[in-house]
Amino acid sequence: MLELKSVDAGYGTFQALFGTNLEVKAGEAVGVIGPNGAGKTTLMRVISGLIRPSRGTIAMEGRDVVATPAHRIVDLGIAHVPENRRLFPRLTVDDNLKMGAYMPGARAKYAERLEFVFDLFPRMKERRSQMAGTLSGGEQQMCAIGRALMSDPKLLLLDEPSAGLAPVVVQQVFELVKRIRAGGLTVLIVEQNVQQVLRVVDRAYLLEAGTIRASGTSEEMMKTDTIKQAYLGV
Amino acid sequence: MNFRHAAWGIGLAALIALPFVYRDPYHLHILVLILIWSFAYTAWSIMGRFGLVSLGHGGFMGVGAYVTALLWNHLDVSPWIGIPVSMVAAGILALVVAYPCFRFRITGHYFVLVTLALSGIVLQVITATRDYTGGSLGYTPNRARSGSGLMALQFDDKTTWYLIALAVWVLGLLMWRWVDRSMSRYAMEAISEDEDAAAAAGVNVTAEKLKITLISALMTALAGALYCQYQMFISPDTVSGIAVSLQMVFAAIVGGLYVSLGPTVGAIITILLAEVLRIGFGTKAVGWDNLVYGLLLVIFIIFLPKGILGSVLDRLKTQPKPSGTK
Amino acid sequence: MQGFLDIFDIYLLEAVVNGILLGGVLALLALGLNLIFGVIDVTWICYAELVMIGMYGMYYMVQVFGLPYWVAAPIAIMLVAALGALLHYIVIAPLLTAPPINQLLATGGVLFILQSFATVAFGIDFRNLGIRLPVLAIGDMHFSYSRLLAFIAALLGMLAVYFFMTRTYTGTAIRAISQDRQIMSLMGVDTKRIYLITSALGGALAGLAACLLVLQYDVHPFVGLSFGPITFLICVLGGLGNFVGGFIAAFVFAEIISLGGLFSDLEWGYVLAFAFFIVMMFIRPAGLLARRS
Repeated sequence: MLELKSVDAGYGTFQALFGTNLEVKAGEAVGVIGPNGAGKTTLMRVISGLIRPSRGTIAMEGRDVVATPAHRIVDLGIAHVPENRRLFPRLTVDDNLKMGAYMPGARAKYAERLEFVFDLFPRMKERRSQMAGTLSGGEQQMCAIGRALMSDPKLLLLDEPSAGLAPVVVQQVFELVKRIRAGGLTVLIVEQNVQQVLRVVDRAYLLEAGTIRASGTSEEMMKTDTIKQAYLGV
Repeated sequence: MNFRHAAWGIGLAALIALPFVYRDPYHLHILVLILIWSFAYTAWSIMGRFGLVSLGHGGFMGVGAYVTALLWNHLDVSPWIGIPVSMVAAGILALVVAYPCFRFRITGHYFVLVTLALSGIVLQVITATRDYTGGSLGYTPNRARSGSGLMALQFDDKTTWYLIALAVWVLGLLMWRWVDRSMSRYAMEAISEDEDAAAAAGVNVTAEKLKITLISALMTALAGALYCQYQMFISPDTVSGIAVSLQMVFAAIVGGLYVSLGPTVGAIITILLAEVLRIGFGTKAVGWDNLVYGLLLVIFIIFLPKGILGSVLDRLKTQPKPSGTK
Repeated sequence: MQGFLDIFDIYLLEAVVNGILLGGVLALLALGLNLIFGVIDVTWICYAELVMIGMYGMYYMVQVFGLPYWVAAPIAIMLVAALGALLHYIVIAPLLTAPPINQLLATGGVLFILQSFATVAFGIDFRNLGIRLPVLAIGDMHFSYSRLLAFIAALLGMLAVYFFMTRTYTGTAIRAISQDRQIMSLMGVDTKRIYLITSALGGALAGLAACLLVLQYDVHPFVGLSFGPITFLICVLGGLGNFVGGFIAAFVFAEIISLGGLFSDLEWGYVLAFAFFIVMMFIRPAGLLARRS
């Protein structure tokens, strides 16, 4: 479904990704793990067009992502839940969700998608007329994921969904990710919380210093010595 | 450095000698206008260069011109006293508006809009007090009784005015240089970079800004008063209001904000431009000069924000030195 | 003595009502400026000059080409809306990454251009539509229909903007964009397009104000100077980008101008308003409704 080939990317003169190759197949859940500053967020941003690669190709279902204007990438079926959620704090939950359905294709399905999101997050229905900035951290994450789902994406990019949340809430978020997956959505998730994420995904990549160091199924990754020592604390 | 001093000295001597060898009254008239407006534009850029973009200077200029003229016509106060009084009035006006702005961190857009309103209001006051000021029709200081030209600061002789304007212009450059060399400059640069950091480093932000604003306002009022004395006619449109404020910004930006002679270059360009248009279009020129001003202002901001002189000097500095290799 | 007080009260009441009526149009202008500032982060200091062009448009369509007022008004609104979009496209868009002060000064250049364009093209004569609407007399008080009409139309205009902003996708995007500019593309929003729409909307509001003001005032190239500065004060006092604050401040200022004008010329009303503004800066430096970043 999504294929990155030898992608270089960065900010100004600072390069964050070096020749990254990555593939996500339809229906899969794929994790990218790695330490802080490894380039995980850059990877997400380069896929959703927030930054542009200096080299390499990105294809979504065979269509060229790099050549698509940033605001058209949603139309390819990619929805990005950014790091730190980035809700519109002074808009209501309803309006935030509405922004998720901004593309003409999504507007037609607005009512249907809204029902889907409210089914998934009943809490959001209760809070729909509340300002997003006044929600709790977990609720904000739900709202951010809900907003992304409003566009009826084929691929959901999740950037550190557990960041800044209380441990109990982290559990809930990963439960949600499982449920979203079960609905048939393809998910690419970036996480520092390696133990949790490996339980949710089918395959994972290890990204260190802008380079893919290892990849494999979650079971393989959990058995890899380097990962065990560095990330799982075993 | 010595070369620069010598260049300044020779240039100044040449400027002083000029009216004694070249007496074309029209050209001298243009030169006087250029010098007076250069002084005003220099006054503006003393604060403008630190990011304190004021559109209220039309107001200060109007106060300088009208207070001096009104005192002379109605109370028989000589401009020698009237000018300082008008400068004080402009200074007070500047402090009253600037103090709350600086004290409460009204910067950027907010500051521009507040000062913009100030010059608009001064124009409204001049128009409203039409019984005294003649309103939008303009105002003429009474002619001095013969023989008391010095007392009234009225001279028919262009050479005298040229020398006065030259002296004031040099004064403006010296003020510019003084601020440029003073501790205030470092304080102001720190403030324009980051107000909080400057305050944390012990800079009294409000006081420094007020100081610069006051100097700038006083100089601008002086320019207004001199313009009035020289032209013997003022109207709200020529010495006050938003248009005059914008004209100062325009000239300073065209010439270059960050070099001492930038505003002078701006004055030369704008006044020559206005004259050329006036001669070229005759009475139809009304409006055309400002149309060209406006277009140039927009073009300059988009393509040459450092101004003509600033860009030329930059180019000279960054140009690789003529290589010494054979 | 009693008779004198009666008359005074009636004049006072008349001035208060007239103030409210004036507030409508000022609020409309403040809304336009706030909208543009809120979305694009730039202040058009030539905003009142756009109104002036709109007034000339009305004058030419009604007086010279003989169009009925109701036909001319929508055309004038569209004309100024197009002008607003053009201003953004030609002047602001190339300066989006420049220091904000440069954008503001560039619109100052546009102020020069519009004023002198009007001088060159239309001359400096005062012109009016030649439409004289009747005066409404309630008891001893007199209100002109043109002001009443302006007030109602301004309110309707603001209501329309309100619905546009809350009910449509584009309106929601306009509100969202000032809160997080970078991620707008993740929503599929083309920020350039939103900027252009906002500029056109700001222009349209200026156009509507022009249609209403031309009923009450003569148009000349410098007419913008009589209500431009007051609009800026309203926006600063209400907090730039703060729609509610601008709305309230517009009525506060309109009352001051109207009541100040009761005692002498209208210009003194402006002076009083400015004095009030300076005092308010000491009392509530963050604006009427404090919410400023």
